[in-house]
Amino acid sequence: MTRQPARFPEELKKKLRARFNEDWRKELRRKISVKERLAIERVAMPENEPMERIKGFFEVNKGYTPEMAMEEARRCLDCANPTCVLGCPVAIDIPTFIKLIEKGDFIGAVKIIKETNSLPAVCGRVCPQEDQCEGHCAYVKMGKKPVAIGNLERFVADYERAAGEVEIPEIKLKKGKKVAVIGAGPAGLTAAGELAKMGYDVTIFEALHEPGGVLMYGIPEFRLPKSILKEELDYLRRLGVKIITDFVVGKTATIEELKEEGYEAFFIGSGAGAPWFLGLPGEELNGVYSANEYLTRVNLMRAFQFPEYDTPIPRGKRVAVIGAGNTAMDAVRTAKRLGAEHAMIVYRRSRAEMPARIEEIKHAEEEGIEFIFLTNPKRFIGDENGWVKQMECIRMELGEPDASGRRRPIPIPGSEFLIDVDIVIIAIGTKPNPLIPQTTPGLELAKWGEIKVNWDTMETSIPGVFAGGDIVRGGATVILAMGDGRKAAYQIDRFLSEKRD
Amino acid sequence: MYRIIFNRPIAERIKHMRVVAPFIASKRRPGNFVILIPDEKGERIPLTIVDSDPHQGTIDLIYQEVGTSTFKLGLKREGDYLYRIVGPLGKPTHIEKFGTVVAIGGGVGIAPLYPIAKGMKEAGNRIVTILGARKKELIILEKEMGEISDDLRVWTDDGSYGKKGLVTHGLQELIDEGLKIDMVLAIGPAIMMKFVTKMAAEHNLPIIVSLNPIMVDGTGMCGACRVVVGGEIKFACVDGPEFDGHQVDFDNLILRLKAYRKYEIESLERFAGFYPEVKTYLQGGVR
Ligand SMILES: Cc1cc2nc3c(=O)[nH]c(=O)nc-3n(C[C@H](O)[C@H](O)[C@H](O)COP(=O)(O)OP(=O)(O)OC[C@H]3O[C@@H](n4cnc5c(N)ncnc54)[C@H](O)[C@@H]3O)c2cc1C
Ligand code: SF4
Ligand code: FES
Repeated sequence: MTRQPARFPEELKKKLRARFNEDWRKELRRKISVKERLAIERVAMPENEPMERIKGFFEVNKGYTPEMAMEEARRCLDCANPTCVLGCPVAIDIPTFIKLIEKGDFIGAVKIIKETNSLPAVCGRVCPQEDQCEGHCAYVKMGKKPVAIGNLERFVADYERAAGEVEIPEIKLKKGKKVAVIGAGPAGLTAAGELAKMGYDVTIFEALHEPGGVLMYGIPEFRLPKSILKEELDYLRRLGVKIITDFVVGKTATIEELKEEGYEAFFIGSGAGAPWFLGLPGEELNGVYSANEYLTRVNLMRAFQFPEYDTPIPRGKRVAVIGAGNTAMDAVRTAKRLGAEHAMIVYRRSRAEMPARIEEIKHAEEEGIEFIFLTNPKRFIGDENGWVKQMECIRMELGEPDASGRRRPIPIPGSEFLIDVDIVIIAIGTKPNPLIPQTTPGLELAKWGEIKVNWDTMETSIPGVFAGGDIVRGGATVILAMGDGRKAAYQIDRFLSEKRD
Repeated sequence: MYRIIFNRPIAERIKHMRVVAPFIASKRRPGNFVILIPDEKGERIPLTIVDSDPHQGTIDLIYQEVGTSTFKLGLKREGDYLYRIVGPLGKPTHIEKFGTVVAIGGGVGIAPLYPIAKGMKEAGNRIVTILGARKKELIILEKEMGEISDDLRVWTDDGSYGKKGLVTHGLQELIDEGLKIDMVLAIGPAIMMKFVTKMAAEHNLPIIVSLNPIMVDGTGMCGACRVVVGGEIKFACVDGPEFDGHQVDFDNLILRLKAYRKYEIESLERFAGFYPEVKTYLQGGVR
């Protein structure tokens, strides 16, 4: 869920206002008229050809050139009341960074973004911009395509990296206090980075053998190249953050035990890693996967390079993915790249309700993914070897809106039919992993096992233990996880500063 | 990095590895396992922790060379390193004083049986052990099991050692002798656990089995390890690996264990191209 301020908080308003009134900004506004700006077409993101890209795992989007970025930046009207900023969960000063691009100061632009967003190269690629900044852009109200804020953010972040100009901030006085961060996803990485910059001695404990969380094991290379994650991790290490992999908090050591090792505060960013299954007959068959397993085998274990890498993945010819979120799109497009002749999305609602980012749906359609809407599986049927061969489905129709505001799908009696499949991937969501709650007495939980926090401070029911990202929100987004990590870092600093030793 | 103290054969194609992993050594309890990755390109594979020395910071693992990953382990020498190990994972065994516990181990399943039986012994149980394997050369840990057993009997399929027959014959023998059995522990191939469980059901005996499905993360994140227990899907890595045998759908487990057979053979054949010793083994036919 996006929690965003309905109005500008005073402080933010002041900051935006002051920059809005700087001379260079006034100058730029004068240079090109609103009418001229409105006449510019949104600069399309250059992409690799669909039929080429399904042959490999390389990134689909190629990124803007500097000229393209400056052209797109000229579209931005530099509104006095920039509603896009309200749409951004971390309130990036969007008009200032875009106007810096217009001026050609790309490094200046990325610095503005980094005031509140530690992972712009990631967010520029994976944020659901249509629901956030771009969805609130003034152009949308005029019935036009919004300014491509995400593409611009991505451009400056990539520019900075390519230029080798990623600056390592000077670390203030070492505080000599140890903080433990649990989980190396976007929430944990951000919290660790902020705390390190403040001078804390930060160690990240990660259960898997590679850090990155969903950015590593979930989101495929064709959407988020691992090289970007690698550079973010290098940056953290240069800030002095220690990353200990293969360490499952709750199993290898509990929070209580880490306390005895001298950690004075904790940030839990352990994500919502546990997959939901449907609870349907035949779900135990071979060939039925959770999206987590399927994507982990391919992304983390590199099964697409089997047998050079030891982890296998069957290359299905008829692959059905249940669900229509980003995870489902990632899974179905991965299946296509692994050679599926029919890579299908099976979704119980209609096209309009699909929760995935618009760009992912567009890319999936271009790549020949088949969409079977208003359809829900009822059971999976196996062959004599226990391998799934068919899926019995039922047609659905949309009824009244439910709690989420989306129209509720209702099965149409007697409409059952069979789909031939050799792989089924279940991508209907995940829930928090109970390992940490089970081993941390006193940690209060919400309905689905999310850790309860005070939303003002991100502190849990245990003093000194903070949490953020999917473990407190259920499955959410990278930007919200990052925002939580950042907020918690400041609160940890406050907590430790107030604490008497 | 995790340094290997020794890695030596203890039976045909079965090896015993001791490796430095201090966190795990001090935390592990009977029934726990680790996930390890032999090298950079390796898989994540689960192995039960057979024993540990918290002072030396070492853990002991026993494995049978059957696929690429275990052959890779087998090629490691003293002083080499394992790429990764994580643990201890899984729920530790529920240990209590039941009375007489019959501990049944089949083949390399004797390795995970040992720490559990030892824990049961320490809790004051009388341990009656049945060890089974295809032939004499595949019986492991007989001495160690003997030290914690009040009675130990070996059965081999071909009669090359101990009595000739399956472990189910061993259990039948105890039942026929009128032994009062309070708990059965059975660890071995899925098919063996299935038949031991069947016999236990016929005689109304409670039984604990330890399941060995294919795993990836081992932390409840992927569902690769799902097993059907009491009609419900459970994740063996976090809900198990031990379960009430009477509730387990062994036929499903047997099918799931075969899921990657084709790939395992492909992978091993490729691997054998680099290692003549593996090739020789393969020519003997993969079981
Ligand atoms: C396939 C997929 C595609 C997605 N696409 C998008 C998208 O396009 N845009 C978007 O905004 N969001 C997307 N999301 C959601 C987004 O990735 C998550 O909201 C975000 O990663 C949450 O970050 P996090 O740091 O809270 O947790 P995670 O990224 O889940 O990281 C948690 C980390 O903690 C580790 N961990 C867990 N338990 C323990 C433990 N006990 N001890 C030590 N470590 C532990 C895990 O191994 C993991 O590395 C996607 C999610 C998936 C699965
Ligand atoms: S972080 Fe996301 S919401 Fe904020 S400006 Fe960038 S793309 Fe938009
Ligand atoms: S091995 Fe992944 S959930 Fe058990």
